[in-house]
Amino acid sequence: MTQIRSKILATLFATAFSFGTVAQAETALTIGYLQIERERPPTLSNLDPIPEDNGLAGAQTGLEDNLTTGKFLGQTYEMITEVVYLGEDPAQTAKALLEQTPYLVLDADAEALLAVADLPEAQEALIFNTAAGELDLRSAACRANVLHTAASDAMRTDALAQVLVKKRWSDLVMITGTHAADVSYAEAMRRSLTKFGLKLSAEKNWVFDADMRRNAAQEVPLFTQDFGDYDALIVADEVHDFGRYILYNTWEARPVVGSEGLTAVNWSPVIEQWGAAQLHSRFEDTHGREMTAQDYAAWAAVRTLGEAMTRTGAADLPTLRDYILSDKFELAGFKGRPLTFRDWNGQLRQPIAIAHPRALVAQAPLEGFLHQFNELDSLGLDRPESTCEAFK
Amino acid sequence: MKLLTAAAALLASTSLASAGEIWVTNEKDDTVSVISTETLEVIQTYDTGERPRGILFSKDFSRVYICASDSNAVQVMDPNTGKILNELPSGDDPEQFVLHPNDRHLYIANEDDAITTVVDTETRKVIAQIDVGVEPEGMAVSPDGKIAITTSETTNMAHWIDTETQKLFANTLVDSRPRHAEFVKEGSEMWVSSEIGGTVTVFDRETQAEKGKISFEVQGVHPDRVQPVGFEFSAGDTHAFVALGPSNHVAVVNAETYEVEEYILVGRRVWHMDFNEDRSMLFTTNGVSGDVTVIDVASRKAIKTIKVGRFPWGAAYRPTPG
Repeated sequence: MTQIRSKILATLFATAFSFGTVAQAETALTIGYLQIERERPPTLSNLDPIPEDNGLAGAQTGLEDNLTTGKFLGQTYEMITEVVYLGEDPAQTAKALLEQTPYLVLDADAEALLAVADLPEAQEALIFNTAAGELDLRSAACRANVLHTAASDAMRTDALAQVLVKKRWSDLVMITGTHAADVSYAEAMRRSLTKFGLKLSAEKNWVFDADMRRNAAQEVPLFTQDFGDYDALIVADEVHDFGRYILYNTWEARPVVGSEGLTAVNWSPVIEQWGAAQLHSRFEDTHGREMTAQDYAAWAAVRTLGEAMTRTGAADLPTLRDYILSDKFELAGFKGRPLTFRDWNGQLRQPIAIAHPRALVAQAPLEGFLHQFNELDSLGLDRPESTCEAFK
Repeated sequence: MKLLTAAAALLASTSLASAGEIWVTNEKDDTVSVISTETLEVIQTYDTGERPRGILFSKDFSRVYICASDSNAVQVMDPNTGKILNELPSGDDPEQFVLHPNDRHLYIANEDDAITTVVDTETRKVIAQIDVGVEPEGMAVSPDGKIAITTSETTNMAHWIDTETQKLFANTLVDSRPRHAEFVKEGSEMWVSSEIGGTVTVFDRETQAEKGKISFEVQGVHPDRVQPVGFEFSAGDTHAFVALGPSNHVAVVNAETYEVEEYILVGRRVWHMDFNEDRSMLFTTNGVSGDVTVIDVASRKAIKTIKVGRFPWGAAYRPTPG
């Protein structure tokens, strides 16, 4: 037995670790999963409740993947999960977690994310943002200790804009909700439309407080009548309040895109290609539900750490952080291309799915959207656009 | 016109080679298409179980084994009648497999279960199940039968199985998403393709150490889309023909220098392949375009496209009986 074991290790040294470090038998890595609850505005429909373990379930599947790989390398992983409920102080819980591990997978809004990242205890940590899409977090408000596996709003709106260009739906109108997430999404959308030379002819805010489940058929045609003619209607309704009632109720028979209808997401149950069906079935077997975009972001965060430890044989922060941000790192993420991190703002480069609830329509970057270095950088903040300084 | 004449001449010359059939599994049609290597036409289509992928023949070509992935079985078909003779217990979601030189033991990758299942085709019993990495896929066995290989797509390893004990004796890391493995040069080398990593890694069989790594570069195609998947070796193992997936090319790799000598344009999302008997022609399955490209090996040119079913996946050759 001893002989076999040493042979395995010898093989590993010979083949895998051109990187320079050497695997210790029994390298162990602890991941802290921190969920910071936030207020969720009530929505008109209760059809699609957000799963309670949204995100966490993805992290668990990532952990299982890491464990399976680790057992052939003498590497182990564990995950400590903490939830901060409304009204509690996230700092206390975050500090307690950071005492146990420098690696945090965070499910929080932008404000809470920055509060945790700016803790003195977090300065020697690596935090994965799996939930917040705000552009600012990848630009002026970026932090050197934060990587983003969640797609930015801009990556998603750029992806959608590429489809609009391809389809020549160039004359657009938009309805925006009143919540912060809706406003932020609408802002990202305006930026994308400008970037790709599309026209936003008119915008309206969603101001109704009636129950659209009963009267959408009367209200929405009137509400959309004065848009006149256009190619497609964008709905900015990231809390999924009213958007579902816009479809098939518009005055003009036009496609609905954005937060509803044709959506741009970093993960969807309708992605079947690139081995995605296997990740779905693994996930569904364990958790009994479909894998959400946030589950995927959390899965990618945990797998990023796993991949870095597999390849370097190390578990310490400087080694893993350097490796993850180097051009040696690549994650096979079931999207048909290797996923890597942008070294100017810590954003995970990833293809974005353009999908409706029943099928994948396209995957961005679309053919023809070229880039001098990496086509994936046609989505979201490219190096010259980001004002992030923390990674320099 | 010139091209056509050339192709016709090639066809005429190649048809002198011994007659045979290429069997192609159609993943989204639940069928196999049988192509004549003489006429280069589909001469027969047989129904299979759900989502047929891996396909291979018994040594005497009297049986064809088909991984019916969504039926969770390996089907045994009589290739002369298309009748399913029986089904082998394969474990869940069998994707690829390999037949041990003893003509009896099938090593099957169970993609959803992180397991390699070993089945005795005579007793139809599972004789071993071996824990491997996440999403096992590529399978190979050394010509002397002593070593079997499973590659795991998410764990990114080649797992080396001692076929006597049915236990792992080594695990070697490769680049992202390993897809296919083959022993070559009388089993002295073991090659593994990595789809997302975009490389083929060559291992020395004795030491399991990496001997070389092959990268690919197709003009006008972003490196991310150059994704090596299936590969096969020309006569004498002098060259490897490597399917490069969504780049729609097959690379010709010198198996001595590990240099890529040529890229051949084929159908869309080229996946697996097999040769005719004298290896003068290569048949590639093109999943997205739903066809098979015939490559003339000597001239390294695609000479014909043959429409098959939806999502052709695996390919296997047998000589025409009689």
